[in-house]
Amino acid sequence: MDTFLTVERVDYTFEDGPLSVLADVSLSIPAGSFVVLVGPSGVGKSTLLRLLAGLLRPSSGRITLTQQSTGNAIGIVFQRDNLMPWRTVTENVRLPLELQGRNGLAASRSVQAMIDLVGLAGFEQSYPAQLSGGMAQRVALARALVHQPTLLLLDEPFGALDALTRERMGQELLRIWQAMPVTVFMVTHSISEAVFLADEVLVMGGDPGNGRPAAITHRLPIQLLRPRRFEVQGTAEFLEYAAAIRAAIQQ
Amino acid sequence: MKFLNAQPTWLMILVSFVGLLLGWHLLVVWGAYDRFILPGPVDVWRQLMIVAGDGRLLKHSLITLSEVLPGLAIGLLIAMPLGYLLAKSPLAERLLSPYLIASQAIPVIAIAPLLTIWVSSTYWARVLVATLVVFFPILINIIAGLRSAPAELYELMHSLQATRRQIFSKLELPAALPILLAGLKVGATLSVIGALVGEFVQPKSEGLGFLLVTARYQFKTDLVFVVLVTLGTIALSMYGLVSALEKHLLRWQVNK
Ligand SMILES: Nc1ncnc2c1ncn2[C@@H]1O[C@H](COP(=O)(O)OP(=O)(O)OP(=O)(O)O)[C@@H](O)[C@H]1O
Ligand SMILES: [Mg+2]
Repeated sequence: MDTFLTVERVDYTFEDGPLSVLADVSLSIPAGSFVVLVGPSGVGKSTLLRLLAGLLRPSSGRITLTQQSTGNAIGIVFQRDNLMPWRTVTENVRLPLELQGRNGLAASRSVQAMIDLVGLAGFEQSYPAQLSGGMAQRVALARALVHQPTLLLLDEPFGALDALTRERMGQELLRIWQAMPVTVFMVTHSISEAVFLADEVLVMGGDPGNGRPAAITHRLPIQLLRPRRFEVQGTAEFLEYAAAIRAAIQQ
Repeated sequence: MKFLNAQPTWLMILVSFVGLLLGWHLLVVWGAYDRFILPGPVDVWRQLMIVAGDGRLLKHSLITLSEVLPGLAIGLLIAMPLGYLLAKSPLAERLLSPYLIASQAIPVIAIAPLLTIWVSSTYWARVLVATLVVFFPILINIIAGLRSAPAELYELMHSLQATRRQIFSKLELPAALPILLAGLKVGATLSVIGALVGEFVQPKSEGLGFLLVTARYQFKTDLVFVVLVTLGTIALSMYGLVSALEKHLLRWQVNK
């Protein structure tokens, strides 16, 4: 597979504090792959995601997007506060197109197609306050994909959901990812979610709060066959992957 | 109690209003107060009919309104860009906020005479006083409102390469709207007070403030009451208008 994005020896230090969060982080993400980042709380996962999004600039090192063909539009879903409460579902999903000045019929069609894809047909005119947490995150997902980004960044997108909804959302996400040519980089706290979704799991280690900046300590390819069904979670292979990741995090 | 709670709000308001009038009336009858000390509701009503009938009430009300509305509008127009600047620039905030806060420590009623010295036009002096009164609460709310958009939505806009203008119109302004409208509600009622203060200090020939002052000099206490009721009605109507606007603009704040 072609490389989609490379991170070379990136350091990151927040300007408003001497705290060095990331040191010497290198990784590469194959085009069209599904990469999941796990690690303890406060280690710097969201910081890395923001660097990939271009929201932060590396203090040193380089981040290169190698596949320029379809532009380097990105879609992001955060853990919370994703939606604009004053916009309806349709209006929220339309935002990325609107910002590009695309307001025509074609835009409306893409919006409707995305709403259908995430299973929210019938809720087009609802406001976020009227949606459940899971529905709101689906809207955020639809919005992150409507402008056909080449890179989808997900920062614990299902973190606030209950376990059942979360599992269902994971499966939906796989289905959507398989239907679209998009590279996914996702942060999660759930080890089983990571194994279930990923082509490759990256483990981040360190303790920036105590003077040990974080880096990628392990990378584990997950070679479970696709399409993955829910039942795969009970297999010995799956549990072995999960145990390996748990061990890597605790090191 | 249960029976009362089940009645519609307007009915409860009507009942309490009639009760108030009745209590007032009885107070005047039993207390046998002079009319110029405490006129009864009947006296006030009679006086209202007189000044409404000869057009005086409307004339003076319109004058006062013509000060209130520009005062509010100008206050808003100055507070908006200044609020944006203060919300966006920590430097501007550090430079300006001491003066803004100090200016609030001086009551407007004390600044008003100075304004009448500096501004030769009676009308504009009054408008300016109204502006001064509404300016600060609106400014504070604009700053708080503009700061209320969550960091995630800023990051979203940046990740989508939004321009500054787009960030303002599609994120900051709508996010600020609830707090801004709350400020406008306060400002709307304050602007009436402001215009009145202006008319007290510059009581030339017209406006409800002028009517109030002359009525008092002539011991026409019932006319004083008429003016008070009119002022209350104007302030309430403006409050109601902003509330209606709020209901429309913030219809997304659906109760779950
Ligand atoms: N704006 C900021 N300024 C200074 N330090 C920050 C800032 N944001 C985060 N940090 C620090 O950087 C470190 C990494 O934060 P980050 O949010 O990337 O962690 P995380 O791995 O995403 O944690 P979690 O799993 O809890 O979300 C933390 O120690 C945090 O205190
Ligand atoms: Mg995080």
